[in-house]
Amino acid sequence: MILVLLTHDRGALDESSLQGLTYARRLGEEIHAVSVGAEIAELGEYGVVVQHVVEHEALDDYSPSAWGEALAQLIVLHSPTAVMSTGTERGNEVMAHVGAITGLPMVANCVAIETSGDVWQISRTRWGGSLLEDATLDAPIKLVTITEHAHEAVPAETPSEARVETFTPELSEADLVTKVVDRVVTADGVTLATAPVVVSGGRGVGSPEGFAPLEELAELLGGVVGCSRVVTNNGWRPHSDQVGQTGTVIAPELYVACGISGAIQHWVGMMASKTILAINTDAEAPMVTKADYAIVGDLGPVVPAIVEEIKNRRGI
Amino acid sequence: MSDIPTSAQVVVVGAGIVGNSVVHHLAELGWKDILQLDKGPLPNPGGSTGHASNFIFPVDHNKEMASLTLDSQKQYEEMGVNTTSGGIEVARTHERMEELRRRMTSAKAWGIESEMLTPAQIRDMVPFVDESILVGGWYTPGVSVVDSLQAGTLMRESAMSKNALTVSPNTEVMDVEVENNHVIAVVTDRGRVECDYLVIACGVWSPRIAKMAGASIPLTPAVHQMIDVGPLPELQATGNEIGFPIVRDMDTFCYERQTAGSMEVGSYAHRPIFHHPDTIPSIEESRLSPTELPLTQDDFDPQLEQAIELMPFLGDAEMRYGINGLLSLTPDAMPLVGETEVGGVWSCAAIWIKEGPGTGRAIAEWMTQGYPEIDPHASDVARFYDNQRSEEHVIARCEEHFNKTYGIVHPREQWESRRGLRKSSLHPRTEALGAVYFEAGNWERPHWYESNAPLVEKYSEQIPERPHEWDARWWSPIQNAEHLAIRESVGMVDVTAFAIFEVSGPGVVDYVEKMAVNKCDLPVGRSIYTPLLTEDGGFKADLTMIRLADDRYRIISGGFDGPRDSHWFRKHLPDDGSVVWEDKTSDICTIGLWGPNARAVMEKVTDDDVSDEGLPYGSSKEITIGSIPARLLRISYVGEFGWEIYTEMENGPALWDALWGAGQEYGIVPVGAGVYGTTGRLEKGYRLMGAELESEYSPVEAGLARPRVKAADFIGKAAYLEARAEEPAAVMCTLTMESHTSDSGMARFPTGGNEPILTLGGDRILDVKGRVSRVTSAGAGPSVGKYLLLAYLPPEHAVEGTELQVMYMNELYPVKVAVAGSTPLFDSENQRMKG
Amino acid sequence: MRILVCVKRVPAPGAKIVLTDDAQAIDTSLLSFTVSPHEECAVEEAVRIAESHEGSVTVMTLGPEDAEEQLRSALAVGASEAVLVPTDGSDWDPISTASALVAAIQELESEGGFDLILFGNESADSGGYQVGVRVARTLGRPIVSGIKGIEVEADGFALRRDTPTGSEIYKVPSPAVVGVKEGINLPRYPTLKGRLNAKKIEVTRSTQDRAGSGQAMVRLVTPQVEINETVILGDGPEAASAVVDLLEELQLFT
Repeated sequence: MILVLLTHDRGALDESSLQGLTYARRLGEEIHAVSVGAEIAELGEYGVVVQHVVEHEALDDYSPSAWGEALAQLIVLHSPTAVMSTGTERGNEVMAHVGAITGLPMVANCVAIETSGDVWQISRTRWGGSLLEDATLDAPIKLVTITEHAHEAVPAETPSEARVETFTPELSEADLVTKVVDRVVTADGVTLATAPVVVSGGRGVGSPEGFAPLEELAELLGGVVGCSRVVTNNGWRPHSDQVGQTGTVIAPELYVACGISGAIQHWVGMMASKTILAINTDAEAPMVTKADYAIVGDLGPVVPAIVEEIKNRRGI
Repeated sequence: MSDIPTSAQVVVVGAGIVGNSVVHHLAELGWKDILQLDKGPLPNPGGSTGHASNFIFPVDHNKEMASLTLDSQKQYEEMGVNTTSGGIEVARTHERMEELRRRMTSAKAWGIESEMLTPAQIRDMVPFVDESILVGGWYTPGVSVVDSLQAGTLMRESAMSKNALTVSPNTEVMDVEVENNHVIAVVTDRGRVECDYLVIACGVWSPRIAKMAGASIPLTPAVHQMIDVGPLPELQATGNEIGFPIVRDMDTFCYERQTAGSMEVGSYAHRPIFHHPDTIPSIEESRLSPTELPLTQDDFDPQLEQAIELMPFLGDAEMRYGINGLLSLTPDAMPLVGETEVGGVWSCAAIWIKEGPGTGRAIAEWMTQGYPEIDPHASDVARFYDNQRSEEHVIARCEEHFNKTYGIVHPREQWESRRGLRKSSLHPRTEALGAVYFEAGNWERPHWYESNAPLVEKYSEQIPERPHEWDARWWSPIQNAEHLAIRESVGMVDVTAFAIFEVSGPGVVDYVEKMAVNKCDLPVGRSIYTPLLTEDGGFKADLTMIRLADDRYRIISGGFDGPRDSHWFRKHLPDDGSVVWEDKTSDICTIGLWGPNARAVMEKVTDDDVSDEGLPYGSSKEITIGSIPARLLRISYVGEFGWEIYTEMENGPALWDALWGAGQEYGIVPVGAGVYGTTGRLEKGYRLMGAELESEYSPVEAGLARPRVKAADFIGKAAYLEARAEEPAAVMCTLTMESHTSDSGMARFPTGGNEPILTLGGDRILDVKGRVSRVTSAGAGPSVGKYLLLAYLPPEHAVEGTELQVMYMNELYPVKVAVAGSTPLFDSENQRMKG
Repeated sequence: MRILVCVKRVPAPGAKIVLTDDAQAIDTSLLSFTVSPHEECAVEEAVRIAESHEGSVTVMTLGPEDAEEQLRSALAVGASEAVLVPTDGSDWDPISTASALVAAIQELESEGGFDLILFGNESADSGGYQVGVRVARTLGRPIVSGIKGIEVEADGFALRRDTPTGSEIYKVPSPAVVGVKEGINLPRYPTLKGRLNAKKIEVTRSTQDRAGSGQAMVRLVTPQVEINETVILGDGPEAASAVVDLLEELQLFT
């Protein structure tokens, strides 16, 4: 049996969680899901046999240490072969706690697992995905996370029942010290992480003001603006707009890279995009050569021209 | 990927400042079918140009480099990418101040405005300098900063506007195809391009491309560290890209150059760090660019401290960027320009921003008309012997000179590394006599003999002391003593360093006639001293030939010029195989035996007739010395009766011993090249290739024109005839120093490094062609009791008795024209050589 | 306020990473070394807190002798003490790393505890996402990762973590451990004097055993990049029409 942690925010499932769940099915064991503090609906579609819903009066919001403790107690209870999660921010964080509590190794961001035998052969990402590492994992219970956006979430061929079992962990005060106690909401609607279209700017944009046409294009397409690390280092955009290894890792339907050369640290943050369109003066820039589509030219006139064309066709 | 043409007349590899300058100037000269490749993108393909500091200090002691730099600066100015900032070289030591006075002197020679500064004046110009640590400085207002990338774009556009140029960036050369030792095609990752010419202008990668063609470009990629410090409010306030003069902190081998709001600190002080052309990272593997490698901070740290000493405000500023920037270094710190050993494959490498466009122009002229306007003698890629092209040699020499980039380098300075590459078989003999060796080409050649030290005592009244260490550096009074001794009795000179070639075959007479100015079709046994000219009548070489047989000539040239001359001769060999070329340099050992008693010595060891009648001046024959077969050539570069004696290399020691033994009763002395190349030569007014003789001057001006011109055609004949028909614009003169006393009362002796000859009013002297009068050679004339200078003077000054001045270390000394033309100052009738 | 920052020496590769022949490491012969941007920010944050709260910053790394370079970089921007936990240069697994750091921290704390220990959110190279958590748990201190804001409060720290729609606030008592994310600040560059001062500080060494665990690296692999032919839609603004055609085709334009 494999326990799969699903991450959610106060009941709203993190869709990426289903990627790890989908991959876990390949390992040929029964799948039990774990959700802490909320019940997730319709997991049977993803082949979940049992959903362990962790209930505790203090678990009304996210607490990495308490989530980890709860999961560790479920492990003792059910002796799974492995515990898995998607390598989201919360997924990796909680699994790290599980590793620390149990003393077991935890292998983060795996893209492939070979389970024949007691020792697992694992391929995992390094450098945000620009390198892979072949690793071995020899542990009585395997703790792993699956790299986000490495595998698509797909329903099981034969849905299962997804029986709900509740579990109430014993939590100490120390377990609950790290807990969300307040929130600031600054954006609603589409976010960088979830937007279907991201119009991103790099060094070639030249200035904070240079992002205005990108903003306009993003808005027309129902998307948001992103940027490269150079841009945030220059103070042109906030770090929350940064796409890349140390920013946000995204997988939109369309990624428009304007004046971004395509340093590897940036590439690994958006390489999962379905379609990539590059706009760059240098036809040999890595972003251009790796993109699906490209316009060779200065984004200065190109982006407004696209905006105009969209407006024309829409009759705006 | 776009396609590239399948053929081009010339393929230029490299789109940095050099490649761009080359394509521009080729187009200017009418070339129509140029293809320029670079493996990187435009406008910055990732080579050294992309990270260069882009400033130009135009003054250089070397005339060729100064000329190329001034031409380049002018071109940048015409393109509108030259921003004049001024520049100051500061001195922390008195020794450096003396060097700055020497630079001031070179500035005067090249007509570049500059002035000496006191520490307070430096502070007035650059207020953030702590002048208390300085002795003084030297200011050149014309120092400038250029936009080399923009210049490159403009030059490519200019060539494209003439429909002469196709540019293909992101194109890598994979192979070069050569047939019959001539390039036929360049193979790239976008296809094969047939071509007649290939110009390798890709900086640190040039050796790779050369190797593909079977040629060699002896350079190494080397690190020059620089960091960017800032922002600094004092600099931001200027609102300029550069608002203060660039400061070169010469004693710390560093410079401080404003770049907008911050200060770039660059260093040549760190340990030499070399890379290999094959291991420079690709663009994809690079964090910044292939030639901007990560700064090795520990190497730079000592310079931080020194930078703060000079400019305390740097201490609290941030270090935002730092690189180990790659640039090209060569074994002798000069560029590599000209046709390589493979026909049609030209090198234009190891060139920095400051001389880029000028060198581009020079090579385009060279490729178009066979010679550039500026003499490329010191930049000629053909100047190296094979063992000077090896990686080992390049690295060793670059290691030695890297820290001399801002160093104080004496005109006579000798290398310490890679010595003993080539030794005469006489070496054990000369070494036993305490020879002090100087490098001649790649040979060890005795310069003087410590065993002759007692002679200094003997001739002490005729040998003036040189009280200043600089003037006496790489010099010995023994040289003067050897000079006086050979004139008094007899001396032996090891001149094995000569480059010796032999040409033979049915076409040989036509061939040598085509190459040489003077008539070569002389009877067997006669020698010919002759200039070789470029098409425009300037000097390409001067050398001696001996007709050994009807169909065989021996060519004897200087050790320094051997490789260049060899390249020139071989390049002109007839295609039909009627002339065979052989390099005999390593086979033949040469001893010069000269002096009033030379004949007496020789007659003791040979039964052959060596009298004037038996072997007249200029003749050669084979004789037996003891039991050693040898060939004599009755000739002299020191103005005494005697011979150059050639024998097989292995016979050298025996020959030496025979002559040495026979000479004992005449007090024979070993004599070094200090006499042969300087004192003896100067007293006789003999010209030296690379000093008096260069492509910018004609045989008429050098005083080497013969009364008649031979009937046969030869290279440069038309220009030579034209020069003969005209009044020469300049005349080679011998001048005497009339006083050696400096302002401080010390006797000074100019080293002979382009010191300007000035009028009594202190003005530079230019001839009608704009060429400046300057010292080409200097040295003692022990037998005439004067210190001698050679210089070209315009006819109005080239009058015996004319009083002029020479500037040395920024002080003036009176000189007098002793000889105008080639008449020897010593023994003007050449009586002594007649025997 | 006594603050410890843990950093890791990593190479700074370009767009293409080259491996050594045995695939055990990145070929670093022409690369410089650095720490992850998260860790640069952690050092900066520590220095800022120390400057405003009369504190001091110690920087620690587990790595080869050459990792002294990264410690000196931190000293150059305001850390005042540096500790190297030496390794033979091979990559340590997270459990071994964490246990060695804990032992080294406990040695250091014999002279007084750290109020705050900062880690980068994850290392740039191995990206295990756990060393900070393991250290915190072993030391019995709270840890929150992904932090982009630290406020010093009377008895602890208020921590801000960004979410897609805003941010979450955590409050943890002192002493605490924090996993810092890039964006918390813009790190300063070293000054020349800072750099020179850093050279003078002695780096102390704290030798620890390698515990080992069931996780082991076998080799590094360069991922297969799908070579796709880029469709050039045009040069310059004239390509706008083709772009909108594409948007229609992708059904992103209605």
